[in-house]
Amino acid sequence: MPGPTREPLTFYRTPLPGVEISELQGKLIVIEGPDAVGRSTQVRRLKTWLEEAGHAVLDTGMARSALAGKGIRQAKQGNTLGPVTMTLYYLTDFADRLENEIIPALRAGFVVLMDRYIFSIMARAIARGESRAWIERTTGIALVPHLVLYLRADVKDLISRVVVGRGAFDYWESGLDLGFGHDMYDSFVRYQTRLIRVFDRLSKPYGFEVVDAGRPAEEVFEALQASILNTLAGRNVVKAAGKTAGRTGGRRKGGASRPTFYPTSPRPSSSPAPE
Amino acid sequence: MPQFLPKRFNGRLIVVEGIDGSGKSTQISLLAQWLRLRGFAVAFSEWNSSPLVRETTRRGKRKEMFTPTTFSLIHATDFADRLERYILPLLKAGAVVCADRYAYTAFARDAVRGVDPAWVRNLYRFAIKPNLAFYFKVPLEVALGRILGGRNALKYYEAGMDLGLSRNIEESFRIFQGRILVQYEAMIEEMGFHVIDATKSIEAQQREMRRIVVREFGRTRPPEVLGMEGMVARANA
Repeated sequence: MPGPTREPLTFYRTPLPGVEISELQGKLIVIEGPDAVGRSTQVRRLKTWLEEAGHAVLDTGMARSALAGKGIRQAKQGNTLGPVTMTLYYLTDFADRLENEIIPALRAGFVVLMDRYIFSIMARAIARGESRAWIERTTGIALVPHLVLYLRADVKDLISRVVVGRGAFDYWESGLDLGFGHDMYDSFVRYQTRLIRVFDRLSKPYGFEVVDAGRPAEEVFEALQASILNTLAGRNVVKAAGKTAGRTGGRRKGGASRPTFYPTSPRPSSSPAPE
Repeated sequence: MPQFLPKRFNGRLIVVEGIDGSGKSTQISLLAQWLRLRGFAVAFSEWNSSPLVRETTRRGKRKEMFTPTTFSLIHATDFADRLERYILPLLKAGAVVCADRYAYTAFARDAVRGVDPAWVRNLYRFAIKPNLAFYFKVPLEVALGRILGGRNALKYYEAGMDLGLSRNIEESFRIFQGRILVQYEAMIEEMGFHVIDATKSIEAQQREMRRIVVREFGRTRPPEVLGMEGMVARANA
């Protein structure tokens, strides 16, 4: 399954104790993007497609951990979930899945298809005013994926999906805990606009491959398939990592003198890792 | 980067730290009672007591699901909930908040569990710097004598059984607490702990704490600190 130029996985900043990185043979593919962008539908179709091609696939998403999934769902029923608490609860859920599902699956050579990754946790925290340095270090226990597909859409596309698909606005997706706007609609627009802006800012330093999700679902699916095929063949791994290195190491365009993001321990772009 | 957010509230935050059996819980409740009698509005918060997280922690412990990382994260989540919902608003309101264990407990325990110390310290960077942090310094054998004599059932994680230090739970507890002690000792200077000699009598330790509180807060209640009159203090909201 691994492609000819497969690079070893690395952790962003802080290696988890007890993980032998060279044992991880699988591919880690992340689908990210705001609420109601159509991620889950795409992940389902991609899973079927990959399995048809003979890959073993683990698909996982937020609040699905055995440890914290139920607790998070219960916590969201109340309205006393503070922003730091929410961030850390989701991170607990993420870490549980990382250590108990994702890493074992990668060790076994699976394609791990993630419906959201640390970037949603980061975006929500940053959109709620938490420090970016804090959240970047905190999520530094994550593995650098082989591919991050960012489903990008404008707020108006999300709204039509919410109205047509779900018929109602959700409390948390509307960011009502932030106290913006007079009603669910106003709040949804302001909160999701802010989230999209954060995702956009994360895009370059973290090497997202941006997929225009404002198109019909079929076209989006084809675009995702093409990128995933490249990754499975080992073709676009280096490119994503190269972007990461270029952006975090030096100055950004526009003259900002300090890097916006903390270094993400990118994979070397040409030579193999020393170990 | 500083470890904690700066103090910028009307209230006061007092924390106690130390290994199990150091007597810190006894001392902080005596101190809280004394402060109440002196007219301070006092609230209390205990480590690992958030109702929001309780079920998850219980499940994880019962099924022994925790890794060092998730154990660290669930305690940070618990702490964040207590801070956001309880400690922070009370400090803003001008209360004296007494905390039985604080982020230092995580720094010590998680480091012993092999979690990257810099990562754990960053994790708690949203915490408020305490006005006073008391550390109850006690030799390991004294603390063990208090714990092992008084309670018959040590619990799995409390004894550090997840670390595989020993198959004997008492022996595991002994080694685990010994390692935590080393971590605490290393933090004394860095974190500016007020060290209390926890081998002294309960009365002598309490006198020492009160002396330090008077020195820091003054003989009379500072005007910005809330008094008992406007306050309904409840343990662990």
